[in-house]
Amino acid sequence: MSILPYVDIGLALLVVGIASTTVAARDLFAAVVGYVAYGLLLAFVWIRLYAPDVALTEAAVGSGVTGVLLITAGKRLGALKNAVPDAQPALAFKLLAGALAALVAGALGAAILLLPDPPPSLAPEAAAAADGAGAGLGNPITAVLMSYRSVDTMLEKLVLILAVVGVWSVGSDKAWGSAPAELRQPKATAPMVFLAQTLAPVGVLIAIHIFWTGANAPGGAFQGGALLAAMWMVIMMAQLAKLPRIDAQWLRMALVSGPAVFLIFGLAGELTAGSFFAYPHSLAKPIILFIEAFMVLSIAAALPMLVAGPPSERPDQ
Amino acid sequence: MTPLVLAGLVGASLVGLGLYGLILHPHPLRKLLAFNLIGNGVFLVFGIVARRGAAAGFRFDPVPQAMVITGIVVAFAASALAVAIILRLSAESGRVTLDPEAWTKPNGGDAK
Repeated sequence: MSILPYVDIGLALLVVGIASTTVAARDLFAAVVGYVAYGLLLAFVWIRLYAPDVALTEAAVGSGVTGVLLITAGKRLGALKNAVPDAQPALAFKLLAGALAALVAGALGAAILLLPDPPPSLAPEAAAAADGAGAGLGNPITAVLMSYRSVDTMLEKLVLILAVVGVWSVGSDKAWGSAPAELRQPKATAPMVFLAQTLAPVGVLIAIHIFWTGANAPGGAFQGGALLAAMWMVIMMAQLAKLPRIDAQWLRMALVSGPAVFLIFGLAGELTAGSFFAYPHSLAKPIILFIEAFMVLSIAAALPMLVAGPPSERPDQ
Repeated sequence: MTPLVLAGLVGASLVGLGLYGLILHPHPLRKLLAFNLIGNGVFLVFGIVARRGAAAGFRFDPVPQAMVITGIVVAFAASALAVAIILRLSAESGRVTLDPEAWTKPNGGDAK
């Protein structure tokens, strides 16, 4: 017990220190690598806050997939000709921005020190949801996501689809319907292929485990889906599989399946259990797992499509 | 200082660092990265609210935690959309910048 305060202080210093280097780093690549390391350390801070579900999401989506997104984007920007960066701002402007940032951080810090006591809490309501509509779910987070705040979770899946539509629609008109540009140019190296062949089968199993165990323990649809997405990206980076064309029927079905199944069961709840997004008590757990399985599919399809970017014209088409 | 307050202050400093980077970096992708730092800071502050709300037999309030999980995924979706727009903008203008005047300059227009 006695060592934990030092771990906390060390973690806090590391997180803030690495975050500073990502802001101060000279080039984009160094900043993104710093950001990924910082995200993993931030996941440890979340564990110390008794939030293992958030820690898993932060490690997978917040640092992992965001890191791939930014590195890929940086490479594509670097490949552009005449990509001239702007000049650095003047010193006076830097000082002013620093003062503003310190003011905002200071005000936020003061607010944290002055938080109300006793703290407000929705935990009793969430416990009721885990007991009632989310019956049989041992993980209160999953109960909240799928039962107490189910409309939020459904709309969040819609946001993912809207983002995919948004990303696809900034591509050029001529490229519409074709596949996005390759994640890795021009050829995959042997170590990358080996990594994909070794890691992907294990990763897929772990992803399914995290989804399945999420009903009772930390884990769930988001974390499992993000891990599946990561495995698919590793396979595509090793060029063992091609990126799908964006007009592929199966891809679009996979994307909408999560929110669609969720919505169908939500509407069915109106008839069978008396209110929108209510589940019949005895069947709540199997229904929630069934919906979550499709959400995993949706997330696993959406995240790589968001990273891959808009469709691009290829020489062979 | 409790671990809780410490984590909250980390969140506050992340917001400050992110704001600084967002204002100062001319490179749009660096701005996006700094914006993600602000988001992480806000999530962390919300996380300590969740930890403080421990009640009903839980060691945390599950509602804010569930909202942070949703928030992380939405933040990623928004970042991906921003990246796509930045890449298209740069491909069209031939300049990696958010300065609207740069695109109307004669050497900016015929760069591609």
